[in-house]
Amino acid sequence: MNDNIILRVVSKMFIPFILLFALYVQFHGDYGPGGGFQAGVIFAAGFVLYALVWGIEEAKRVAHPNVLQWAVAIGILLYAGTGVASLFLGGNFLDYGVLDHHDPVHGQHLGILLVELGVGITVAAVMTSAFFCFAGRRRVDDGEDAQ
Amino acid sequence: MIEIVDISLLTLMAVVAVVISRLRNLFGVAMLAGFYSLLSCGMFVVLDAVDVAFTEAAVGAGVSTVILLGTMLLTSSEEKATTNWSPLPLLVCLAVGGLLVYATLDMPRYGDPNAPIHHHVAPRYIQDSPTEVGVPNMVTSVLASYRGYDTLGETTVIFTAGVGLLLLIGSAFRSIRPNRSASTTSGGQR
Repeated sequence: MNDNIILRVVSKMFIPFILLFALYVQFHGDYGPGGGFQAGVIFAAGFVLYALVWGIEEAKRVAHPNVLQWAVAIGILLYAGTGVASLFLGGNFLDYGVLDHHDPVHGQHLGILLVELGVGITVAAVMTSAFFCFAGRRRVDDGEDAQ
Repeated sequence: MIEIVDISLLTLMAVVAVVISRLRNLFGVAMLAGFYSLLSCGMFVVLDAVDVAFTEAAVGAGVSTVILLGTMLLTSSEEKATTNWSPLPLLVCLAVGGLLVYATLDMPRYGDPNAPIHHHVAPRYIQDSPTEVGVPNMVTSVLASYRGYDTLGETTVIFTAGVGLLLLIGSAFRSIRPNRSASTTSGGQR
């Protein structure tokens, strides 16, 4: 699809807004519909669109496979780590109220922000890597045939 | 008015499902599956589940259609014609479908305030969430705080699925760095 100028221009215009909307859904999840899962898949959809128009290799230079591999684990570690942190601060596992000494409600806000961020990172990384796994298969098989 | 939307969405979904089962061209099937997801996304909006509709639009209509199309590159784009027809699968489908419809007769009406689900823990969440958690979106407070364990489990499921995928077919994913320059040139030729 490298030669199709309409697709290239339109997707170039849209991708920043898709990513921005994903971030909005991520951090506005406390106030409106949305949250980590939704933000993660929308973010991944932005990368998929980029890969469709510019090719997998270009997309892998933006979202490097090594970074994605780490992000898959970091997201869930952030989630579980928030739980462990509240455990060490004297509360129950995932009891965010203790994260702020002065006001439990602030602690809840902080905890929800962190775990939603963790969910978003893991979901976005898993969806993008799943796409790379499926979409990258043919080219590498061809390369092995050539060898 | 809302009934017209409901009926037309459900009718379209049924039509698309029938067409998908009849169609042999897998490209058409993949595109129609995306369309089916888009229709069910509209259905979720009608049911006021906007966040589910987000997910359905991004995953069902977007990413999974792309993955289906990408998988089609590895196989043929025509389904093999099957000649032998047996009534057993149809009977199983009809029996299970009939059972499910029979089960829905016992369910409370949609939005019924006396339904059991609205009398278990929901009243407590609705009463205490504004002071306890203080997040205006109660769905988020239930999902991330009251039901934090469940959401951690769901995230673990996604994590496990991703790791399994990388282990099974991740060779293309990982072996990208050595031949990056070579593959960008081949990408340009395509």
